[in-house]
This record gives sequence, C-alpha cells and structure tokens, in this order.
Amino acid sequence: MTDTLHPRNPPTPPSPPAAGRPDAVPPSRPGVASRVLANPLLWPVLALVALLVVNVSATPSFLDVRIQDGHLYGNVVDIARNSAPVLLVALGMTLVIATRGIDLSVGAIAAIAGAVACTRIVGAGDEGAATTAIMACTIALAMCVLLGLWNGFLVSVIGIQPIIATLVLMVAGRGLAMLVTDGQITTVHNDAFSDLASGYVLGLPLAFLVALAMVAVTAVLTRRTALGMLIEAVGINPEASRLAGVRSRTIIWTVYVFGAVCAGLAGLIIAANTNSVNANSLGLWIELDAILAVVIGGTALTGGRFSLLGTVVGALFITTLARTIPNIGIPSEANYLFKAVVVVAVCLIQSPRARSVLRVRRPAPAALTAPKGSHA
Amino acid sequence: MSTLTAPVTTSLWDRVRGFSPPARFLPVIVTFALFVGMFGAGGVRYDGFADPQVFLSLLLDNSFLIVLAVGMTFVILAGGIDLSVGSVVALSTMIAAKTLQMGWSPYLSIVAVLAVATLLGTLMGLLIHYFEIQPFVATLAGLFLARGLTYLISVESIPITDATFSELAFKTIELPGGYYTTWAVVIAIATVVVAAYVLARTRFGRTVYAVGGNEASALLMGLRVAWVKVGVYAISGFCAGLGGLLFALYTLSGYSLHAVGMELDAIAAVVIGGTLLTGGRGYVVGSLIGVLVLGTIQTFISFDGGLSSWWTRIAIGVLLLVFVVVQRLMTRRQT
Repeated sequence: MTDTLHPRNPPTPPSPPAAGRPDAVPPSRPGVASRVLANPLLWPVLALVALLVVNVSATPSFLDVRIQDGHLYGNVVDIARNSAPVLLVALGMTLVIATRGIDLSVGAIAAIAGAVACTRIVGAGDEGAATTAIMACTIALAMCVLLGLWNGFLVSVIGIQPIIATLVLMVAGRGLAMLVTDGQITTVHNDAFSDLASGYVLGLPLAFLVALAMVAVTAVLTRRTALGMLIEAVGINPEASRLAGVRSRTIIWTVYVFGAVCAGLAGLIIAANTNSVNANSLGLWIELDAILAVVIGGTALTGGRFSLLGTVVGALFITTLARTIPNIGIPSEANYLFKAVVVVAVCLIQSPRARSVLRVRRPAPAALTAPKGSHA
Repeated sequence: MSTLTAPVTTSLWDRVRGFSPPARFLPVIVTFALFVGMFGAGGVRYDGFADPQVFLSLLLDNSFLIVLAVGMTFVILAGGIDLSVGSVVALSTMIAAKTLQMGWSPYLSIVAVLAVATLLGTLMGLLIHYFEIQPFVATLAGLFLARGLTYLISVESIPITDATFSELAFKTIELPGGYYTTWAVVIAIATVVVAAYVLARTRFGRTVYAVGGNEASALLMGLRVAWVKVGVYAISGFCAGLGGLLFALYTLSGYSLHAVGMELDAIAAVVIGGTLLTGGRGYVVGSLIGVLVLGTIQTFISFDGGLSSWWTRIAIGVLLLVFVVVQRLMTRRQT
C-alpha cells in the first residue's frame, strides 16, 4: 500500500546532481541545497501516507473506489472533492507567501464571491439557466479581481505590512458580504451552479478538476516562464529585485489579484456545495487552513521560494486529516487539536534552530557543507 | 473639547514619562479626540446617548476586550502578534464552567484558568523565541490548540451556576449620581493601570519597547531579550485568561463557540489606539480608548434602529484602514 504511493517521491531525489546547473532543471526551483529541496516534499508526502495508513488500519475498506451512478465513488474521491476549496485558496496563498506576504482576507473574499454569485442567480430572470450561473460566477470573480487589486494597492503602493493590509478586508469583508445578501441565508436553485461542487466529469469530481486545472495553469505560468523566478526574487529582497529591474510592484499586485481570484473560486465551490450562502460562516477560517497547507507543503513563510506540489500535498493532507478523525472514532471537533500539533511539528522540522538541536547526535558536517557546495 | 483635554493628557503623561517627546502622544490624542467626537455626535443625534451610564455600559460590555487589548499591546509593542487570544478566551470560559460544574472551589477554578492560559502563552513564547517560529504561525497553532481543547472538554454550552460567580457578575458598585458599574469594569481598569505602570516604569516595560524598536540593538545593549520576548506572550496569555474569566462572568456560561474572531477586535483596538504594528511605539491607554471607540460604534448602531449589525464590521474595517494608512504615512515621513 505504501509502495503504491511512494513513487511520488522520486521526482525530488534526482535534483541534487542538477542543482549546479539551474538551466538544466525543468521544474526550475532555485539551486539551493538538495537538503532544503528534498525535505519539504518528502515530509508532507510521508505524513499523508501515514494518515492513509492510519485510516486503512481503522477501516480496511477506506481506499476502496467503485463506480456508482456513472462516476467514481469512495472516500478517496470524497477527499479529492472536499479538498478543492482549500487547495484553491492555498494555491493563491502560496504565491502571495512567496513574495514574503500573506493574505488574511481570503475567507472574507470567498464569502463575498459566494454572496455575489448567489444573489445574482436569485435575482436573474431565469434562475435555473446555465447562462445565469456562468454570468453570476463571472461577475463574482470580477468582484474578486477588484478586491485583490485593493489588497495589492495597500501592500505594494502604500507599503503597509501584508498582515495588516489584508486584515482590513478580513474585518470588513464579512460585513460587505452580509450587505450583499442583506444578512439572509440565500438559497439558489440552479443545476449548473451546483454542478460546480457536486458534478462529475469523466467520473471525477468537477470541483477537484477545476482546482487541478488552476494548479496546472499556475505551474506552467510560474515554472515555464520567468514569472516564478521573479516572484521568488521579490520575496527574497524586494528592493534589490527592483534595482535589478524587476517590476516588484506589479508582481506583488499580480499575486494578490491571483490570490483573490482563487479565493473567489473556492467561495463559489463552497456556495455551490450547499446551494446557499451564509455570509457569516462561508469560508470561515479557510485562510488559516490555507496557510497551514502552504506551510505543510514546505513553502517558508519568510518568502523567496515556493512549492506548488507541496501545497497540493498539504491541502490533501488537511482534508484527509478532517476525514481521518471521525474515521478513527474521535469527535470531529478535535480536528483543531490535531491541526495545532501538525503546525508545531511542521514548524519545528523547518526551524533551523530545532534542526541543529536534533542534529547534535548526528555527524553535522554533511548537512552543513551541502549549501556551500551548491553555491560554488 | 480637545483644546481642553489635550493639555491635561500631556501634563499627566509628562509626569509619568517626562523624557518622551510630545509627538509620540499624538496618535493617542487623535484617538481620544475621535472617541470624544463620536460620543458627542451620538449625544447630539440620539436621545439618552450622552448619559454617563451609556459610557459606563460601554466599559461594562467591553471589559473583557479591554483586558485582551492590554495583553495584545504588550505583544505588538515587542514586535509580535497573538492570534490565539480569542480561542484562549473560549478555553477559559470552558475551563471555568467545567471545573465549577465538577464542584471545584471558585477560587481554585480561577487559579486553574489563569494558570492554563499563562502556560499556553508561555509555550507560544518559547516556540517563537527559541525555535524562531514566526509569531503569526506559532500563535496560529495556539489558536487551533485552544479551540480544540475547548471542544474536547465539551461541545455543548455549560452554564455557570456557582454562587460566587453569579454574585460577582451581578453585584453593582454604586457611584455618586445614581450611576453604577460592576467589578468586571474595576478589574479591567486595574489591568490597564498596572500595565501602564509596568510599561512606563519598570525595566521589563522599557525592554519591551527596546525589543520592539530594534531587537538586534536591544540584544547588543545586553538587555534580556529572551526574557521579554517570552514574557510578553505569557502576559498576553494571562490577559486572555483574565479576559476569559470576565467573559464567563458576562455570559455566565462556557462555550466552545465563544469569542470567535475576538482576536481581530483586540488587534483592531490596539491599532486604532495608535500602537505601531511594527512595534516599539504605543501606549496601553491608547488601546483602552481604541476599545471604547469600537464599543461606541456598536452603541451607535444599536441606538440607530435603521442600521444593520453588519455595518459594525464595515465601520471597524474602515477605521482600521484609516489608522493604518495614517500610521504608514507618518512613519514614512519620519524615516
């Protein structure tokens, strides 16, 4: 069982020999040390595998997938479907964090997107039509672009710390969403809209496919063009990259808009899942889950490098965790406790200080000389 | 109004901290003027708004937030942030309710709550200082941990029926002129006074400012940076525990969904109170006034029947925005 999932690891080990020649590495992560590269992806995957093992030992049929009503059905498919919102938000958050920023307002943006889409659908002449749903979603996402522009403006033009700049929208955003819905729980009846969350394409959940498509597009844009490198440059030193000719202001603006659009998509999926929008609870704490997913995935909060694949694994890990806890007979509310343990564990693994404490027992030189070797 | 009050504030503060330049008090004075202006506007617009009892109720309804904001001020002054306080408040109400239900003495229960909250804060401080985990992430873990522990104790709301607690909650203190207040307000104000003294007059307090201003310099000066950096989170944890007790008095129940998002209110109050988010500059009194400003917004909206409750959040957001932008422009000019 573990053997079937392990093949995900091999993509990382081969990178050390290529680290010396950045132009030869297709997924062009910066040529830092192999140690830094290998760990962030190895640990989250191992953790995910461990979770699945726990699940299988509790319920042997946990991984069973069968075909029902013309689509795949099972716990794994459910996890994939449920992971879509967190995955989308975490995707945007990854790029924001890579520029040394953070976006706390994504939960509020998700609520606004859901609120705008649902009130648009209810207010439209033909509530059930597919075009109505498409129009409503487009308007909601356009709204998110505006909100992202606002966040980006505060951060890049006015120069406010990202935590604080996005805190403004985090505080006010839910108020705005309630303004849109008039404080009501708006319920919609639109098949096309609810398909966004519960529909299946080629037997796979549409929500997960949407999220994966976003990941693929982002991966191509950041890793096949210079965009990813520029984002990392801004994260390492905004001033230096500006002097080097990088338009750091535009880059920062772009990532906040992208983060907002991802959050909006997530909000649409959450709203479509329940066919309703409650401005108070839609996407509540999703920003924390997303940050957690990013951190688990090995993207450092200090910016400067990011791992999209790590974020995907992190988001899957969080969703699997939420599924695991009731599965092994613990009340699902204890979820938070486990998340806290995961946050601390992941941070300690990433913390250089904790590593050096742990490394005292082992011969240290190998790990210490590795980064020097790659710079030379 | 402000011409009358401004010199009074300055002279009072001058005695406490004579060596500080007056420009540093400007943010607090601005917030105070805003509060007086809002309260005055409310008095003109609505009948009964200007009644001193409305002001006393403002303190009463926000006593727990005042205590939280005091703890948050310490953390922000030292250059950190504490996201866990709302969850710790919920955990505190739950521990108090559960231990009282189990028949503990109320005093023992209070000690238990404060000990757990302080311990949580200290643990986060240790993670932040010794393992160099970002304050944001470490306290995020604290947020999840405290909320998870609360759920683990009980998912349902537990009422508090203890005689000492209810007596403390309902007992009023008569003030001259027929007005009244409660012990919760006295505790909150006492916290502010003690915190202001500690920050202004003790070695610990001065080191908090030094660490927030520039940690490397503070370290090179031989100040006890580790002691202070862990200490501020312990203080914030203690304040969250105390705030939780006041919240338990206010609601007479322990519930896992208490105080969701209260950390945002506390941070907003501190920022509106003129404390610089990058650390090193600000006063506890500012945070007190910041809480009062937030409370006034709420009172405004409850007095005005036509405004819906969500305008509170929008108004707080707008206010936060204005203060953050002004702060940014001010610091940009100075550097």
